[in-house]
Amino acid sequence: MTDHHAPSGAKIVDRHPVLGLRSPLTPAESAAKARKFGSIYYAEHWLRKLKGYGWTVVMTSVGTPLVYLFAMGVGLATLVDANSNASLDGGSAGPVSYLVFVAPALLATAAIMVASEENTYSVMDGFKWHRTYYGPNASPLSSAQLVNGHVVGVSVRLLMTTGIYFLFLLLFGAVQEGTGWIMIFSAALAGLAFGLPLMAYAASIVEDKGQFAMVQRFVVMPLFLFSGTFFPLDAMPLAVRWIGWISPLWHSTELGRIVSYGYSEPGVLTVVHVLYLLLLCAVGLYFARRNYVRRLGK
Amino acid sequence: MHNSTAPEFVISASNLTKKYGDFVAVDGISFDVPPGEAFGLLGPNGAGKSTTMKMIGGVSQRTGGDLTIMGLDPEQHGPEVRAHLGVVPQQDNLDEELKVRDNLLVYGRYFGLPMSYLQPKADELLEFAQLSDKGKARVDALSGGMKRRLTIARSLINDPKILLLDEPTTGLDPQARHILWDRLFRLKEAGVTLILTTHYMDEAEQLCDRLIVVDKGRIMAEGSPAALIREHSTREVLELRFGSDRNATVGAELEGIGERLETLPDRVLIYAHDGEAALEQITARGLRPITSLVRRSSLEDVFLRLTGRSLVD
Repeated sequence: MTDHHAPSGAKIVDRHPVLGLRSPLTPAESAAKARKFGSIYYAEHWLRKLKGYGWTVVMTSVGTPLVYLFAMGVGLATLVDANSNASLDGGSAGPVSYLVFVAPALLATAAIMVASEENTYSVMDGFKWHRTYYGPNASPLSSAQLVNGHVVGVSVRLLMTTGIYFLFLLLFGAVQEGTGWIMIFSAALAGLAFGLPLMAYAASIVEDKGQFAMVQRFVVMPLFLFSGTFFPLDAMPLAVRWIGWISPLWHSTELGRIVSYGYSEPGVLTVVHVLYLLLLCAVGLYFARRNYVRRLGK
Repeated sequence: MHNSTAPEFVISASNLTKKYGDFVAVDGISFDVPPGEAFGLLGPNGAGKSTTMKMIGGVSQRTGGDLTIMGLDPEQHGPEVRAHLGVVPQQDNLDEELKVRDNLLVYGRYFGLPMSYLQPKADELLEFAQLSDKGKARVDALSGGMKRRLTIARSLINDPKILLLDEPTTGLDPQARHILWDRLFRLKEAGVTLILTTHYMDEAEQLCDRLIVVDKGRIMAEGSPAALIREHSTREVLELRFGSDRNATVGAELEGIGERLETLPDRVLIYAHDGEAALEQITARGLRPITSLVRRSSLEDVFLRLTGRSLVD
């Protein structure tokens, strides 16, 4: 790895008999660089860690779509397509197959699953189990930079996940329009919209009493099932439709359907989807930073 | 320092206070540390040592008083202050998911240091910490002493002039402690300012040029280990054991021997200039202790004298 910020041609020749190599930077220079690039430095750490369990990441990124697409595309879709006389809205493209309909939801779900993993246990690990946040906390980095770096790292992992997943969608013929690739980003955005508020919550937990398992059961699962994932949200009774409206999964899925097979909805609704997802990100980021600052004392 | 007005003291605390609600963890302490000194905070658990260290390290904000590190207020110049420091926390917080050497590299990046410096520096520090053959090992495969040495190596990655060590050898076996002391002593000789907290008197005596004895957030005494012993204790101490049921009652019979008497649950301490002479007086009175031991006074005795309590409960 090279460092682009090092003065060009600088050579380290300074060596002390006991202290060894002397730092090429003064503390003031170190602090200035940390103030500027601290978030990136922490993201570097985060990604180096990710490399450490790279095999797991690849396996989940490849394995998850394979399992779901076989189950949905070969299993459920055959049943639905054969029995459904109410055609699923394919917009200008006309009725679409069940697999095409469900694909954007599966993609966004994968992103949310990854985000809920990376923003719960790994946050708890940083504050409590291995206390890994307290190492960088003693360095020139600020608490907010730890949050930023973490978010950058998670974003990279999300894009890896949705990118690989998207390739499988293409392979299974689950994408109809050329604009489908935009789903890689709209799905990753769903991951962040769900993950950032969760990160803020995780940073507020002092004692682990199984809260994350509760989140998984009573938040992630209902969102997965009731966000227009397996059937259009309109098919749900009005009493539970609100679950979809507040769910980042539904908003991202609707966006995905637009770009993937030309699903049509009023344009204003599309704007709402994007703004709502961004709003969740912003609120989550704000509270995550606040909780990190409180917890790390600076 | 490139600063034209180099501060006289690397650390200067005046009336430093930290409160958590009603609880006063640090109660108006003042001290100055000149460059190159090994300065210790000695006290029992809960004395406010770690809280003081956190304030110096800029990761806990004071509720009163003044504090400067290299002339900078850690509250206003957090990154600048922390760039000067190497920090060894009480609890290791290495990244166990990274390999040993990678822990050093990622930490160095936090200081904006280029890989061209960090790669050779990491190897050098692994050697310094006697971990050269462990560079590619996982952190969780290391023993407690090795993790501690790695934490110290990590704290040196930015070539700091000031090293903060919070209970550096707690929980280590004697051999591991001696290796650590040797490493710290070499750093001190090279001019690094050491600030360390400990509740081990031998550690304080070995490493500290000067120390403050802290109890309940206040400074009880200040000076070099030798001066503190001279001032607050006698040259020698005679330790007697009469059996747990007799220790408490034998006091009256020992009256007048030595300069001072301290009765502990398990033994009686007689502070005297000449321990052997005191022991002769005791046997002359017909008293037969089960065991007797004459030793030099230590900081433990100073602490006992100042607070009426032992350092290690």
